[in-house]
Amino acid sequence: MTSLETPVVTSTGHRIGTSAPRPDGIPKVTGEFSYSSDLWAEGMLWAHIARSPFPSARIVSINLAAAWQIPGVHAIITQDDVPGKKIFGLEHPDQPVFADGVTRFYGEAIAAIAADHPETARRAAEAIKVTYQVFEPLVDPDESITADPIHPDGNIFRHLVIRHGDQEVQGDVQVEGIYDVGMQDQAFLGPESGLAIPDADGQGVELFVSTQWLHSDLWQTAACLGLSEDKVRLSLAGVGGAFGGREDVSMHIHLAMLALSTGRPVKIVYSRLESFLGHVHRHPARMWYRHHATPEGKLVRVESRLLFDGGAYASTSSAVLANAACFAAGPYVVPSATIEGYAVRTNNPTCGAMRGFGAVQTCFGHESQMDLLAAALQMDPVELRRINALAPGGQIITGQIVTGTLPVREVIDTLAAHPMPTLTPLSDTANEMMARPGGSGRTADAHHVTRGVGFALGWKNLMFSEGFDDYSTAKCTVLDGVVSIKCACAEVGQGFVTLVQQIGRTEFGVANVIVEPADTQIGSAGSTSASRQTWMSGGAIKAACESVRALIISHVAAKYVIAPEVLEVRDGCVVSLNGEFDMSLAELAPGVKFQDTVEFHHAPTFRLDENGQGDAHVSFAVAAHRAVVDVDTELGLVRVVSIATSQDVGRVLNPLQAIGQLEGGIAQGVGLAVMEEIILDHGKVRNPTFTDYLIPTALDMPVVEIAALIEQPEPGAPYGAKGIGEAPTISSSAAVAAAIRNATGLQLPRIPIRPQDISLA
Amino acid sequence: MELVSYQLRVNGTERQVEEAWLGESLLHVLRERLELPGAKNACEQGECGSCSVLMNGDLVCACLVLAASAIDADITTVEAIASNDPFSTGPLSIVQQAFVDAGAVQCGFCTPGLIMSVHDLLDRNPNPTDLETREAISGNLCRCTGYGRIFAAIEQAVRVRSAASLVDTGPTVTDQQGQAPR
Repeated sequence: MTSLETPVVTSTGHRIGTSAPRPDGIPKVTGEFSYSSDLWAEGMLWAHIARSPFPSARIVSINLAAAWQIPGVHAIITQDDVPGKKIFGLEHPDQPVFADGVTRFYGEAIAAIAADHPETARRAAEAIKVTYQVFEPLVDPDESITADPIHPDGNIFRHLVIRHGDQEVQGDVQVEGIYDVGMQDQAFLGPESGLAIPDADGQGVELFVSTQWLHSDLWQTAACLGLSEDKVRLSLAGVGGAFGGREDVSMHIHLAMLALSTGRPVKIVYSRLESFLGHVHRHPARMWYRHHATPEGKLVRVESRLLFDGGAYASTSSAVLANAACFAAGPYVVPSATIEGYAVRTNNPTCGAMRGFGAVQTCFGHESQMDLLAAALQMDPVELRRINALAPGGQIITGQIVTGTLPVREVIDTLAAHPMPTLTPLSDTANEMMARPGGSGRTADAHHVTRGVGFALGWKNLMFSEGFDDYSTAKCTVLDGVVSIKCACAEVGQGFVTLVQQIGRTEFGVANVIVEPADTQIGSAGSTSASRQTWMSGGAIKAACESVRALIISHVAAKYVIAPEVLEVRDGCVVSLNGEFDMSLAELAPGVKFQDTVEFHHAPTFRLDENGQGDAHVSFAVAAHRAVVDVDTELGLVRVVSIATSQDVGRVLNPLQAIGQLEGGIAQGVGLAVMEEIILDHGKVRNPTFTDYLIPTALDMPVVEIAALIEQPEPGAPYGAKGIGEAPTISSSAAVAAAIRNATGLQLPRIPIRPQDISLA
Repeated sequence: MELVSYQLRVNGTERQVEEAWLGESLLHVLRERLELPGAKNACEQGECGSCSVLMNGDLVCACLVLAASAIDADITTVEAIASNDPFSTGPLSIVQQAFVDAGAVQCGFCTPGLIMSVHDLLDRNPNPTDLETREAISGNLCRCTGYGRIFAAIEQAVRVRSAASLVDTGPTVTDQQGQAPR
């Protein structure tokens, strides 16, 4: 297939398929790498945001007088000061820049201050006197559907119905369940932060921020500033993780407004508490399911109703719900389905993108159901999945035919064949105690510890869906043999900068490739989300390199009167097939710049029709996880002993980075299964700290064993590679939950599974 | 705000801090006043370990240390960890090189803190067991890696340091570097 045409390169080097080192690895271990919170400028001021303590209130008055009295305060701005469009939003603009007369979530921005010291700014924020008329917040997503609207756009972000196949058919065997998923936080380590520098003429501004999508930030920020897009420039500062939580605008507009109003550079760094309040979270979900099957275990029909709490503002709720619904039945052959989903507005924190994007929640639902069905059929749960596995040429519940690769059976079989971890007998030595549920607390009693095994399968789409053209743009330059690549793709830690170099080395056969800074001085690369950048920006870079290769060959052909068809680029040289011409890129055209900028688009997708049918997705990826857990059934403590996985990857481009994505994604899945949840009390976040919101530590994380990376090159994907970042997070939670059920015999219809869910059951 | 001036001894050098707010943490002073941003600010409440530095040889969270209380202390940050490493003659410490080689770095925000923790671990315990390693770095949160490649990096560092100490043991190394491993 065309996408797999291998360029003519022969010598070794850190090319596609090798564990090339990260170009930012050394500065990151020495501390020299500059994150968005590390920036500094002469004369810089510090910003702080004053936030609402009430998730639902009318703002009666805002009195800034006392705050202005504090020496060192240079600017205080509120919604009245927004010079352009008053609202912003990633998909649907519905969020005011600052609370506009009412507050709709706990921690909504009320005002922003610029001052000479961060402590001055904090004190000024505390000195702002806001009088609120406090309302009872709308926090129940079920009530939201019929409640009075809490926003002019209404309470329903999206209502989506998928009707597929015979709507009347029934299965002889039916199982039914209600499942809940708690609100998870991305909990990236680098807090929201950045630096805004106003232009000397005060007519424009430059923003250095950590983000997943520079151009989306640009479009939203420029509109709210009332400036043309050429007056607002964004540069990617070092990003300390993202996982979906940096896809939306956070402090960008506030910071730019402060820089423009003071005429000085302004820096902001969120505290961890502000970070918890200042970005979107994974949607909590309630899901009802009924599965129908034949007595032999063939799926007949899947029914589901999904309720996703989107919180105060739209963010990506609509797309998250679509993903949840489209993938609600799992990667199985399902002839009949009815899925009805709602994503609704409440006064809870806004929810949006997080790794897995809707597919995580429904994976917990459909995989819990598959285990329930296996039990009802008295069938091996792995075998049940195997006999229902979807395959290329099969149809998903939106009616779309899978035209690319989808090795569902292969991930099941390779994982099932992978050896189980050995069961070490529990003793009471200190080290063994540490390896037991409860860890260093040393509370678990070996007699109460039981082991369980769970298996789960998950899938999702790659790239954006439903007709969205999420193209990427890349520029390749070759000058005197030096290859440079520019792309606005956000490196958030995933290792895209490594891939940029690998592509350049592969396409030109050179050793060194310069990765130019990511900024808005080139076209959009789209978002670093949806497992899409390897395909989309990787594709744009590959295409730009190919175009420049062609320019170089044309140049040589004309200059040396050689037919271009017999020339190729190999190992940093242009050579003729007969070997008579062989000249290095560095020598062949001194001072001549070969350059092209290319936009790369994936195959078009289409909106879902009124029955939720349509070719809405570009491509799919599947993974399977097998979890082994030890549970102290009396105390409810869980230790995840091991996770094994097989994943559909298309082609491995960098083995070391691929392993890193799988291990890291699984850690977030383990976290959701047993410890991670934002706790709300009437809309207020009760645990916005790393003391109270727990993420897996080195003691919590099990050994991850990779049973198989299934390499079936995907048509249309550059080098045949699928995005691999999200799949590890999707079914790992469901596998851990299944393992805990296996150990305890409990139903456990909710994740995270808390100690009391086990000990008090 | 009450302003104070004082000196801190950071990475072997006396550094003047002029008219700083008394409430500033050591982390803030290192990052914002002394141009040493290697220690990171992920939680600023002692939970994540990303601001780890050595204070008189003890691993501390710089966010929990009042800067003005750190006068007379020897403070070592990640910026000086390579030049202080008696096992390494290169620009990186053995631990830093292992993190690069083993794929232990993704976003990297936790990395400087982990580098400090792993140095502290291996200086105390050159051959830690798996559980000792996990316990030693359990105060350093990493959200990207799932820790797998970090364990691999630590294993590499243990091997390389062990081999280096076999070859290079002796007062020469200690004298050159001015600081013996503890």
